[in-house]
Order: sequence, then C-alpha cells, then structure tokens
Amino acid sequence: MKPYKLALIPAAFMVMATMASAGVVAPNDVVFESDGAVSQSLTGVPGDPANGRKVFAHRKKGNCLACHKNSDLSEQQFHGEIGPELDGVAERYDEAHLRGILVNSKKTFEGSIMPSFYRLENGARTMKKFQGKTILTAQEVEDVLAYLMTLK
Amino acid sequence: MKRIMTSAMIGGLVAASLGFAAQAEGTKDSLVINGEDGPVKIITHVKNPPAGSPLPELFSGWVFRSKETRALEADDFDNPGMIFVEQAWETWNTPDGKAGKSCADCHGEPSSMKGLRAVLPRWDDKQGKLMTLEDYINWSRVEHMGAKPWKYGGGQLTSMVALISLQSRGMPVNVKTDGPAKKMWELGKKIYYTRVGQLDMACSNCHEDNYGKYIRADHLSQGQINGFPAYRLKNAKLNSVHARFKGCMKNIRAKPYKVGSDEFRALELYVASRGNGLSVEAPSVRN
Repeated sequence: MKPYKLALIPAAFMVMATMASAGVVAPNDVVFESDGAVSQSLTGVPGDPANGRKVFAHRKKGNCLACHKNSDLSEQQFHGEIGPELDGVAERYDEAHLRGILVNSKKTFEGSIMPSFYRLENGARTMKKFQGKTILTAQEVEDVLAYLMTLK
Repeated sequence: MKRIMTSAMIGGLVAASLGFAAQAEGTKDSLVINGEDGPVKIITHVKNPPAGSPLPELFSGWVFRSKETRALEADDFDNPGMIFVEQAWETWNTPDGKAGKSCADCHGEPSSMKGLRAVLPRWDDKQGKLMTLEDYINWSRVEHMGAKPWKYGGGQLTSMVALISLQSRGMPVNVKTDGPAKKMWELGKKIYYTRVGQLDMACSNCHEDNYGKYIRADHLSQGQINGFPAYRLKNAKLNSVHARFKGCMKNIRAKPYKVGSDEFRALELYVASRGNGLSVEAPSVRN
C-alpha cells in the first residue's frame, strides 16, 4: 500500500508540470507545413499587438528594426534595409506564414540571414547564457505576430 | 531657355540617381592621406579583384563611413590613432628586457619594416606556424631582447603593430594563401562561412551578402581588415583585428575564439586575402 502511494507522488508532479505549460508548444514540437508555415498558435493565448509592437522594437528582443523598415514605428530612428519593408506585410502573408517565418525563417526562405526566434538549435558556439534558450518566448512570438497582422 | 531648363533638369536627375547609387555602396571619393612625409594615395576600391575572389569589387571600410569620420583619416594631424603610433615610436627606441636592447638597436628606424604588414599573416617555416605581425613582435621581444611578450590584443602590442603597419601604408595587401599557408587559409574560410551564435549568422551573411546596406544605423562594410589596427570612435582606442572579430562574434551571441588563437589567426589570413589589392591603411579611423 505504502509503495503505491509513493509512486503516485511523481505522477502527480508530472500532471502539474503538464498543466503549467498547457497549450505552450515547445520549440522542438512546432509543426511546420511543407512551405514553412505554422498554423497552430504556440500558446493558444491570443497575441497582444501592443506588447508585440514593443518586442518588435526592443533591441534585445525582436530588434526587427535592425533589418526591416516599418513606417508604423517612424518615431524610432534608423530602420535597417537588410530585409523587406514590413509596411502592409499582413496583406502579403497570412498569419500561419508569418508565424512560420518568426519561428524559423529558414523553413520558408532557405539560407536566410534572419534569426530564428523560436528555435533551440542555432549556430555553433552559442554563448552559454543563451544556450537552450529561444530568442523570444512563445507568447512574445504570438504578440509580435498579432502586431504584424495589424500592418495592413 | 526651354532647352537649357531641360538639360539642367536631366543633369539634376542624373546627379540624383548617381547620388543614390553612391549611397548604396559607399562614397565615390578617393582617399589621399596627408601624412608627415607628404600625401599617400590609398587604394580604397578595387574594381577587378584577383581571380577567385568571392567579391565582385573590393571596398575599404573607409568608403562606408560618414564624411566626418572619413575626414579624420585623411590627415594624420586629425587622426586620433596617431597618438598611439607616437607612443609606440617612443617604445621602439626604449631598451627593454635582459639584453638591454631596444627595437631601434637592431632595426634602426621603423621605416626598415616597410612592406612587412602587407604580406602578413604568412607561414613561417622556421617557426613552423602562421605568423601575424603581433607574433613577430613578441617573438623578437623574447628572442632578441629577453623581454616578456606583450598581451595579444593589448594596448602596447596593438600600438606597435600600428607603428609598423604605418610603414607599409599605401602598399597593396598581398598575403599568400597557397603553399604551407593553405591549410590555415582553408580553416579561416570555413570559419568565415559557418553560422554561429543564437542569432545564427556567418561573417558572410553581413559582409558578403549585404555590404553597402544599413543594419539599423550602421552601414555594413565588407569587413575588410586592411585598415587595422583601427581607431574606433566607439571606444576611443586602437583595436586589433582579433579584438574586432571577438566583438562581432559577441554581437551574434556566439562564444568568441580567443584573441591570439589559431582560429583567429586563420580567420585573419582568410579575411586579409579577401582584401588583397586594397592598400594597407593603418591606423584607420572607424566608428
């Protein structure tokens, strides 16, 4: 009887752990379509476009302005010109495609310079403090996505 | 009147389009440095690089810098890097180590070093390794002066590299990539094209595929090293090639190789070879 009870304890912990991350798709579990799109939300929680705008501009988060021009953020100086301009990007791509590009751009554009914002296997020699970490959290990806969907 | 107006307008259009092109790839101005011994013409643009070059044209980093920064390099009197060169000149004449000798005791004037910078790094059979200018200076300090080697990438060594590099200023970079140097050159090439760090980028992603474009406020160069050591306005000191490599890798969130490591020696040789034909420009001024 006693051993049976003890066996239940780790099982209970496992259930709790699953509940805590309920709905969050782990980086290695993201399912891509053949064209690189990701149709399932990473969190199941609708993205917050206002926070997405902040993450987009933040130099240590998305830092998207380093490479992309975006007129909606004209209050920020110096927009990069490495990637395409993002004005009207929601008219050119649907949500699933934009999510796929944010998660792992290389699945859509082979050999792209664009970092993969929700992927664990990045370049060689990743600094210790960034190892095993994604550039953005799942919710931050969803927030940036919600923001991009407002660029029409 | 009408005709004059029309040609003036066409002229304006041509100038505007030329201006745009110039902005995309950097200035079309040429660089003549007003030095202590007269003007020195610097090759900042090579239209037809040596066969096998991965770049269609070569550009010194100077052409991508702002007008103000470019002007600082055009006159040694304005170049803040020259302060460090002067310090190194004093060191050159000062005895150090157990032998009680200075650089000058054996080598005379620094001008005796003319031409050296242009061919380094190079394979040295006697040493059995790829030697950078830093390596030669430290070797001579230990071997001839009985002095301690300076810290690789440190101020004293980098200043001395600048003084010796200056003697070759204007000469085209001409490093050898074949023969015994080939293995290191291949290693450098591999490192150049390997994606690193959490941001997952190789040197080539920025400096081969996207030079001439802006990454935020920074005008991307080809990452040429003909101007090193470079005085950077950012940190107000001379920067060694390896220190710059290190900074770049950290930006990509990659663990840098060690300053003075074989990996950075190899990368230095490879990157130098991509600039064969550009002038030695040290000490350059960059942002």
